[in-house]
Amino acid sequence: MSNGKSFLVDLTKCTACRGCQVACKQWKKMPGEKTKNTGSYQNPPDFSFTTLRVVRFSEKEMDGQMKWFFTPDQCRHCLDAPCKTATNDPDAILIDEQTGAVVYTAKTAKEDFETVRGICPYDVPRQDKKSKVISKCDMCNDRVKAGKRPACVTSCPTGTMNFGDRDEMLKLAAKRLAEAKKRFPKAQLIDADSVRVIFLTADEPNLYAKNLVADASALPGREGYTRQELFAALRKPMRNILG
Amino acid sequence: MTLTRRGFIKLSATAALTTAFSGLGFAAKPTKGTPGAASPAVDRIAQLKPEWSKQTTTNCCYCAVGCGLIVNTALSGTKRALNIEGDPDHPINEGALCAKGASLYQLTEGTPGMPNPRLQKVMYRKPYGTKWEEKSWDWALEQIAKRVKKSRDASFQEKNAAGVTVNRCEGIASVGSAAMDNEECWAYQAFLRSIGLTYIEHQARICHSSTVPALAESFGRGAMTNHWIDIKNSDCVLIMGSNCAETHPISFKWVTKAQEAGGTVIHVDPRFTRTSAKSNIYAPLRSGTDIAFLGGMINHILENNLIFKEYVVNYTNASFIVGKDFDFKDGMFSGFDEATSKYDKSKWAFEYDASGAPKRDNTLADPRCVYQLLKKHFSRYTVKNVTETTGTPEDKLLAVYKAYCATGKPDKSGTVMYAMGWTQHTVGVQNIRTMAMVQLLLGNIGVAGGGVNALRGESNVQGSTDQGLLYHILPGYLPTPTAKEKSLDEYLKLITPVSKDPKSLNWKKNQPKYMASLLKSFYKDAELSQAYDWMPKLEVGQNNSWLVLFDKMLAGQFTGFFAWGMNPAVSGANSNKTREAMTKVDWMVTVNIYDSETSSFWKGPGMDPKKVKTEVFMLPCSVSTEKEGSITNSGRWMQWRYEGPKPLGESKPDGEIIYELANKVRELYQKEGGALPGPVLGMNWSDMGDGHAFDAHKTARLINGTYLKDVEVKQPDGSVKVFKKGSQVQSFADLQADGSTTSGCWVYAGSYVDPDPKKGNRAMRRSKEQTPAQAAVGLYPNWSWAWPVNRRVVYNRASVDLTGKPYAPQKPILAWDATGKKWDIDVVDGGGAPGAIHPFIMQTHGMGALFGPGLNDGPFPEHYEPQECPVSSHVFSKTLHSPTALTFKGEKHSVCDPRYPIVCTSYRVTEHWQTGLMTRYQPWLLEAQPQMFCEMSEELGKMRGIKNGEKVILENGRGKLWAVAIVTKRFKPMLIQGNVVHQVGIPWHFGWMQPKDGGDAANLLTPSVGDPNTGIPETKAFMVNVRKA
Repeated sequence: MSNGKSFLVDLTKCTACRGCQVACKQWKKMPGEKTKNTGSYQNPPDFSFTTLRVVRFSEKEMDGQMKWFFTPDQCRHCLDAPCKTATNDPDAILIDEQTGAVVYTAKTAKEDFETVRGICPYDVPRQDKKSKVISKCDMCNDRVKAGKRPACVTSCPTGTMNFGDRDEMLKLAAKRLAEAKKRFPKAQLIDADSVRVIFLTADEPNLYAKNLVADASALPGREGYTRQELFAALRKPMRNILG
Repeated sequence: MTLTRRGFIKLSATAALTTAFSGLGFAAKPTKGTPGAASPAVDRIAQLKPEWSKQTTTNCCYCAVGCGLIVNTALSGTKRALNIEGDPDHPINEGALCAKGASLYQLTEGTPGMPNPRLQKVMYRKPYGTKWEEKSWDWALEQIAKRVKKSRDASFQEKNAAGVTVNRCEGIASVGSAAMDNEECWAYQAFLRSIGLTYIEHQARICHSSTVPALAESFGRGAMTNHWIDIKNSDCVLIMGSNCAETHPISFKWVTKAQEAGGTVIHVDPRFTRTSAKSNIYAPLRSGTDIAFLGGMINHILENNLIFKEYVVNYTNASFIVGKDFDFKDGMFSGFDEATSKYDKSKWAFEYDASGAPKRDNTLADPRCVYQLLKKHFSRYTVKNVTETTGTPEDKLLAVYKAYCATGKPDKSGTVMYAMGWTQHTVGVQNIRTMAMVQLLLGNIGVAGGGVNALRGESNVQGSTDQGLLYHILPGYLPTPTAKEKSLDEYLKLITPVSKDPKSLNWKKNQPKYMASLLKSFYKDAELSQAYDWMPKLEVGQNNSWLVLFDKMLAGQFTGFFAWGMNPAVSGANSNKTREAMTKVDWMVTVNIYDSETSSFWKGPGMDPKKVKTEVFMLPCSVSTEKEGSITNSGRWMQWRYEGPKPLGESKPDGEIIYELANKVRELYQKEGGALPGPVLGMNWSDMGDGHAFDAHKTARLINGTYLKDVEVKQPDGSVKVFKKGSQVQSFADLQADGSTTSGCWVYAGSYVDPDPKKGNRAMRRSKEQTPAQAAVGLYPNWSWAWPVNRRVVYNRASVDLTGKPYAPQKPILAWDATGKKWDIDVVDGGGAPGAIHPFIMQTHGMGALFGPGLNDGPFPEHYEPQECPVSSHVFSKTLHSPTALTFKGEKHSVCDPRYPIVCTSYRVTEHWQTGLMTRYQPWLLEAQPQMFCEMSEELGKMRGIKNGEKVILENGRGKLWAVAIVTKRFKPMLIQGNVVHQVGIPWHFGWMQPKDGGDAANLLTPSVGDPNTGIPETKAFMVNVRKA
C-alpha cells in the first residue's frame, strides 16, 4: 500500500462555524438529533450513530486571557487501527488499500460494541441501538475515490481542514507547525506518526478536548496505557493487550 | 437515452441506488435498514453524474457573502435535489460553507424519509377563525385582488389637504423582502407603487438602513466599499459591531488570509465570541458606546498626528471652511428647535468663494476649517473619558488604537467589518460615520484592504435596497417625491446638485436621466410628466419607516397588510406591539417558505383567535434553489441563480405570485374602474413577463435599460454611435433625460447588455480570467458583475496620488498607464487623467466628508447614551440621549431603573439566521442550537443564583421571555463611571411556533425607538432584569 491519504486539522484556524458538522450530515443524509441547550454551544453533545463529527467547544481563562478552543472531532483513521484488531469478522472493519480509510461495514453489527469502542484511543465509534451496526467517519471514502475531497474539508472556510496524500499532509503539517509556533509557542502536532487525522493545536491538547490525544485508559484489563504503549502493543496480537 | 441511463432511472425511482462500488476493494452491498450508517446505501457519487442528475449553480440564500453552491437534481424519479454543496470554483467561498449554507439541501428537501415541513399549499384563515383552510391559488389571488382594490379605493388620495396631487394609497402597508431576487424586488415595488403605496418597508430598514446615509454622507454611495476577497489585502482588520466569524463565517476565510500574511485582527465587542477567539486583540465595550470608543480613536489620531496628511488635504473636506452659524455646545449642535426636536441644517453650511466653490485652507490652520473643528470636537474624547463610558480597560483600548492607527501610513491599509452592532442604535448612522471619518483620516478609503465594509446580512438585501423597496427611495436611490415637488421639473431640480469646483465631477448631476429612465420603465407609454404625476408622493418630512408603520397599524390606519418574505412578529422591535398591531388590519397576506409567527400571529401567545378579526392569506413561495434570477451580495456582486428542482408542491416563485396578483388587480380595474386606474393599468408589466407569467430575464433587461427609439450617442473619441430601438443600454452614462431610454435601476445599467443572456447577462459570468495585478489583490472582473460599472472597489481613485502613483505599490488596485492613457487593474472611479478630478465623484464637491452637514443629528458624531441605559449622566455633555431620536408618545424607557438594571443586547449565531424561520425547521441546524439562551458573566450568575444550564426569565416593561442560561467567562462585568454594570446577551432567532420548546423572540424585550436619520430600531442596547425561572 502507498502511504494513502491523511488530514491535517489546523486548530489554530478553526472558528467552529460547524460547516463541517452539517456538510458531513448533508453528504451522508443523516438525520438531525433532538438536543437541548445545557449551557454550552457544543451540540450534539457528543458523537452518535448519526453524528460522525462534532465540533467541541472548550472555554479556558489563562493568565487573565480568555481562550476558546474549538475541535472539529472525528475518527483519526489510525495507521494501525486498534478497532480492527477488536473484531472477529475481517469484513466488519475494512482498511481501504488506496486511501488507508478505516471503514465500518454493516457486519459490525455482529461485533462486540463495547470492545470496539473501548479499544479506540479517541472514543469514537458509536452503535445504532436497533440494528447494532457501529458507525464512525469513513473519510468520505466514496468521494475520495472519485477525486473529491471529503465533505468536511470541502466545506471548511479557514484552512483548518486539509486533505491529501499522506506525505504531502506531513509536509504541510511541519510547515504549519513552524508558522503556528511564532504566535503560539506551545503549538504541537498530535499523534502525527500514528494517525491519518493529524491535529495541530495552538496550546496543550488537553485544553481542547478530553480525547484529543490518544488515551487507552478505558481499555479493559489494564489501566493507563500511554498512546505509545498502545500503538506498540497493537503490533502484537490482540489477545496480548487484553491479557 | 442509453441503457445505462435507463438503469439509473429505474434505480432513481426507488431512491436507493444500489449499484456495486467499483474499486473499493471490498463488498459494498446496500446496508438496507441501517439509515445513518457511514457506509452508504446509495452510490452518492454516481448520483452526481450527468446521466443521473442535472447540475445547476446557485448562491446561498442566507447572509450576503454570496457563496456559490452546486445543486444536483435527479433527472427522473423524484426529480428533487440529491445533493447541495459548496462550489469549489466560486472565488469567494472556494467550496466552503458554514453550517447554514451546508444545510441548504435540508431547506429545500427536508430530511430524507420525513415529510417536508415546507408550506406547500395556499392556506386561508377567515376573520375570527380558529384554523387554517386549504385553498386554491386562483381563489386566493382573486380574493386578495378584491381586497386590495377595496382598500385602495377607500383610502386613495389624489390630492392632499393642500390640494396638491399626491396619488397615494395609505390604507395598505407592505413589508418585504430581501429574500427575493432583484427582478422580483423590482416587480414588487412596481406593483406597490402602481397602486399608490407609500408604506413600503423591508428588512433593510431594520438591519442596515443606517449604513446607507452614513456611507453616502461620507463617501457618496451607501454600500460596502470593498468586497469579501479584498479583506485579505488588509494590514489590520477591525471587527467591531460585528461577530463575523459567526454571522458571516465565510468572510473569515479572507480575514484568516490577512492574518496569515501578517495582518492584525482586532475584535471589539461586549462579549468574547468565536470571532474574539481568533483575533490578535480583543477589547470589550459596553453596548451602545461605540462613538465614545471611536471618538477616542479620532482624538488619538489627531493628538499624535497620525493622519495621512496628503490624502486628508487632497481627498477630504478637512480644508473646507465651515460657516459661522455652526456651533456645538454641551452635546448640542446649533440650529436645534425644541418644538420639533429637529435641527435646522442650514446652520452647518460651508462657506463659498466668489465662484461658488467651497472655501478651503489647505494648510488646515484656519480655526473654522473642518480639521480644526474636528480636533476641537474630539478633544473631549480622552482615554479617561472613553474608558469611563465604554468600560474598556485602558491597556486594551490603547492596544487597539495603536494597532489600528498604524494603518495611516500611505502603503498600509486597515479595514473595518461591521454589522448590526453599529447599525441598530439611535446613534446608528453616527456610529458608522465615526469609523468613516477614522478611515478618511488614515487614508483607508478606496484602497486594497481598506474601506468601511458593511456586512450585509440577507442574501439580497443590497439588491432589495438598490431596487427601492423602502418608503423613502425609488430604485437607484432616487428620493421618493414629495408634495413639495409638484412637477417633474421641480423634482429634477431637487435631484440635480450643483458644484462650481471645476475638478468636481459631481456625478449626481446626471440624476435627471436616471429618473426619466425609471419613469419610462414604470410607464413606458406615458409622457414623462404623466408618469411623474402617477408616482405616489409623501408629505414633506413624512416618516413611514418601520416603527412608524407598525405604530400607525396599531392605531388602525391600514385595512390591508402584506408581509412578503418577512416575519415581523419576530423581527420587529417590541414584538408585543407589532403582534397586537396585526390584529388591527382587516386582511393580511403572508408569503413565505414556512408557516410563521407572523402568518399564525392570531393563535400566538396571549391571542384569542375568536377575538382577532384579521383575515389571513398564507401563500407558499419556492426556495431560492427552485427559481431563476439574480441576487446582489454585500460586495455588490450581482450573481445569477438557476432553477434546480421545480418549486415544491404548489409553491411558486415570488415573481410569479407578484405577476399573477398584479394581473388580477388590473383585471378588476379594467372591468370595474375605481380610484385613479391610470397607474394600475399603465404599469409596464409586459416588460416583466409575457402577460401571464413572470420572466426574470425580461425583468433583468428592464432593470438594465433599453432604448425606446434610435438614439445617437457621442463617444469619448468624438465619434457618434447609433443605438437601435429595442437594444440594451450599455452603461448608465448612455441613459437619456428625454424618455428615449428605460432603466429600472440606473446603478444596474451595464448588467444585461444584450438580449441574448449568454452574451449579455453579466451576472451569469463565471470566468476567473484575471491579469497578474488583479490576481495579486483578488480581483475577479470576469466573474459575475458588480455595480457600479463592474467596479470592485469603489472610490479606488483615492488609492493613487495626484500623479496616478499608487500609495501602496505592493498592492495596487489602480494603475495609470501613461502611454496608453488608460487606467488598469480595477475600473477607475470617474474618468480622466490622474489628478484631473476629485476622487469621491458621487459627492457634490468630490471630497470624502469629515464634516457631514446632511445628517439629521449633526455634522460630527457625538456620544449619547442609548434611550435605555444604566447611567443617568455621562462625561461628554449634559445631553444624555440623542436629542433627535425617533420615539413614540407614551412609551416608557428605562434609564437607571433599579427594576431593570442589566444591559441587554441581541445577536445572531452561526447556526441560525434572522427570525429563524429559514433555520428552525432544519434539524441539522436546530440540533446545534436548539433553544433560546442567555449568556451572562459568572459574577452575574452568582449574584442572581443562576447556574449554567438553568432556565432564566428576562423581562422588562415590554415583555418577558425564558432562556437557558449560559454562564460564561466570556462575559465580564464592566466598570462604568465607577460602578459595576452587568450585561447579558440573547440570540434573536427563536419564535414560539417552532420548535415547541425553543423559546420566543428576543424582540419582545426591545424598545420601539429609532435613529433620527433612518428610524432603525435600537435593538442592540436596552435594559432588562434577569432572574432564575
